[in-house]
Amino acid sequence: MYVLIAGGGKVGANLARSLLRSGNEVTLIEQRPYRFDKLEAEFEHQVLRGDATELYVLERAGIKRPPDLLVAATGDDEDNIVICQLAREKYGVTKVIARINDPRNQPYFDLLGISPTVSATGAIMALIEHEVPEHGLIHLLELRKENLEIVEVSVGKDAACQGKRVRMLKLPEGARLISVVRDGKAEIPDEETQLEAGDQVLAILEPGMEDELRRVLLKP
Amino acid sequence: MQVVGVRCAAVKAIVIGCGRVGSSVALQLAGSGWDVTVLDENEDALGRLGETWTGGFQVGHGMDLHLLRDSGIEEADAVVVATNGDNTNLVIAQAAQKHFQVPTVVARVLDPARSQFYAARGLRIVCPTSSAIESLVSAVRAGETEGAVVS
Repeated sequence: MYVLIAGGGKVGANLARSLLRSGNEVTLIEQRPYRFDKLEAEFEHQVLRGDATELYVLERAGIKRPPDLLVAATGDDEDNIVICQLAREKYGVTKVIARINDPRNQPYFDLLGISPTVSATGAIMALIEHEVPEHGLIHLLELRKENLEIVEVSVGKDAACQGKRVRMLKLPEGARLISVVRDGKAEIPDEETQLEAGDQVLAILEPGMEDELRRVLLKP
Repeated sequence: MQVVGVRCAAVKAIVIGCGRVGSSVALQLAGSGWDVTVLDENEDALGRLGETWTGGFQVGHGMDLHLLRDSGIEEADAVVVATNGDNTNLVIAQAAQKHFQVPTVVARVLDPARSQFYAARGLRIVCPTSSAIESLVSAVRAGETEGAVVS
């Protein structure tokens, strides 16, 4: 696989290292002279100096081939957006991955259809939520384009839904239970499935309906 | 015949980036009676608008969606994006056009190559570099001609 990486900071350089180790072809683009010199000592001809938002720099890096994947991993979100737009729309790169530095910029990436995106803050927040679940509900996956999310709920001994059948639960509109894990075995619940304490329930719902779902399933 | 009501409210513009370009654009628009709000990261940039500035001024980054809303972008007739970052201008201009549906959005982009690409995608771009190149080339050509005539 041929991968073009824009931005040779910690993220970009380590990605390049990992991808090269697993036998891929990589070109890394770095703008800062001091950083470039360090990278060149390690990556030699596989690193190119320049501003990856300049068309001629991207072209020198081989974007016209085009690469199988472009990763925009600079420390500037606007740069990452422009790099992805140029790659996809001007050069026909089909797969792009963008790094988000400031999670407040996420709406811009969504608005301009740049996905997938990766943000360290977002990833760590998800882990924090997983480790310290807030009120028994964990966000597992956000399907941004579809405006849906998948959450996990642990049914406790005094949970409202404990001992009830699915059809008896007044689930909020747009919410569905998609699986129930009991004693390590997952089952797709139907109307007659009875929930028990200790169950791990996966649900799909529209963002913003979490409180409603929590009320139906968990409030004693 | 139906008489169409005359619009009384001033035309509203948001100018993002209050450097030499942004501040002059804001002053000219305000001078012709527009309701102008200026955004800049740096509070000192307000000084560029002079002591008699009566329009709006907000301190913050132009990428801040809350700030854009507070500045009234949703009701704006025009947005001028002129920060000192080409890519910042391109991203904000796209949001103003696509997300806030501002009727007139103009962005300043110094790089002619990126200007051309985004102009082709429907953004209104002003590229001072291209204008400078044209002016310089035509000035040199005019000089040659004159020189040729004199000699």
